[in-house]
Amino acid sequence: MIFLELILGFLKVGCFAFGGAYGAIPLIRDVVLSYGWIDDEMLTYMIAVSESTPGPIMVNLASYIGSSQAGFPGAAAATLAVVLPSFLIILLVTAVLKNLIKNKYVQAALRGMKPCVIGIIAATGLEMILGNCLETSPVTAVSPQAILLTVLLIAIMTGYRFLRKKKLPSIPLILISACLGAVIYAF
Amino acid sequence: MKINILTELFLIFAKIGFFTFGGGYAMLSMIEDHCVERKHWITHNEMMDITVIAESTPGPIAINCATFTGYKKAGFPGALSATIGIVLPSFLVIWLISMFLDQFLELTIIANAFRGIKIAVGLLIADAALTMISKMPKKPLPLAIMTASFLLMLMINVFAWNFSSISLMLLAAAVSVTVFLTKGSGKPKEGGTGK
Repeated sequence: MIFLELILGFLKVGCFAFGGAYGAIPLIRDVVLSYGWIDDEMLTYMIAVSESTPGPIMVNLASYIGSSQAGFPGAAAATLAVVLPSFLIILLVTAVLKNLIKNKYVQAALRGMKPCVIGIIAATGLEMILGNCLETSPVTAVSPQAILLTVLLIAIMTGYRFLRKKKLPSIPLILISACLGAVIYAF
Repeated sequence: MKINILTELFLIFAKIGFFTFGGGYAMLSMIEDHCVERKHWITHNEMMDITVIAESTPGPIAINCATFTGYKKAGFPGALSATIGIVLPSFLVIWLISMFLDQFLELTIIANAFRGIKIAVGLLIADAALTMISKMPKKPLPLAIMTASFLLMLMINVFAWNFSSISLMLLAAAVSVTVFLTKGSGKPKEGGTGK
């Protein structure tokens, strides 16, 4: 039953999506790959699309994955499921349990979860970078184009930060990478 | 009267949802501008409070703010209108894109562009992690948990272990609570002792 799977999968994501915009990505990746809804490649494309379209990444990814599995109703089910936990928790915290967040045991648990999320995000990023530099078809081999692109993009990001003293925003980076990809992979 | 505020909450948050890209913190200044400065729905202090609460609860900070503001202004129906308002635009945009993306990817030049984008996404995620590491408290326990989670998550992915990131987070929470209970705050520890 795909609807039940979507709802359960995205409820899990919604309950544990700590750590801002990027915190949900490893969770969604876990859930999506374990159910086999879409492949890693497509998921990565959708992360980029989510970065470049309005709204929180978590909501965008849930809508897309739901839609890819079961059309509009699937998208609605997944989006509802991913938003429901934070909706209920905020209601609970503001209306009933005003001191829940300040509770020392809750604080201790959160103190453990926050660095864990950072570690998980770092591992996911590193794994994606390394995975991208390998080609899997026809045989597993190092992809020279991917390595060239990785080096170029890191140089652009560091150069921008060095010159402008701030981070290159994600949308320009995605646009630059798209242009470079279209050129480099054309040969 | 009640209907008006519900519609207004929905419309304002739909506008915020439609015009902020990149999610999360990008939305905060717009929420502050509309809900605090223009509409006086919530005070600046309440906005600060909810930002802190949002850090400690799951889900995107923008959705947390919408639920909170809606609730403050018009109770449960208000929370519902504001939350639906902020989610609906991105939902519709993605749903439209999902109908065309597959055909779009069949064009060689687009497929190649996306192969480039794929590399940028990995870098963006790693970069976000580096920023978070630079901002996190440099104390032994958080650093140990972070490092242990990083290594475990890498091994889970590389060796395809059947251990989800959620279990890893619960394990980290358990470790932290245990350390808190035993009061050994400065003691170094191993993060990977579970399962």
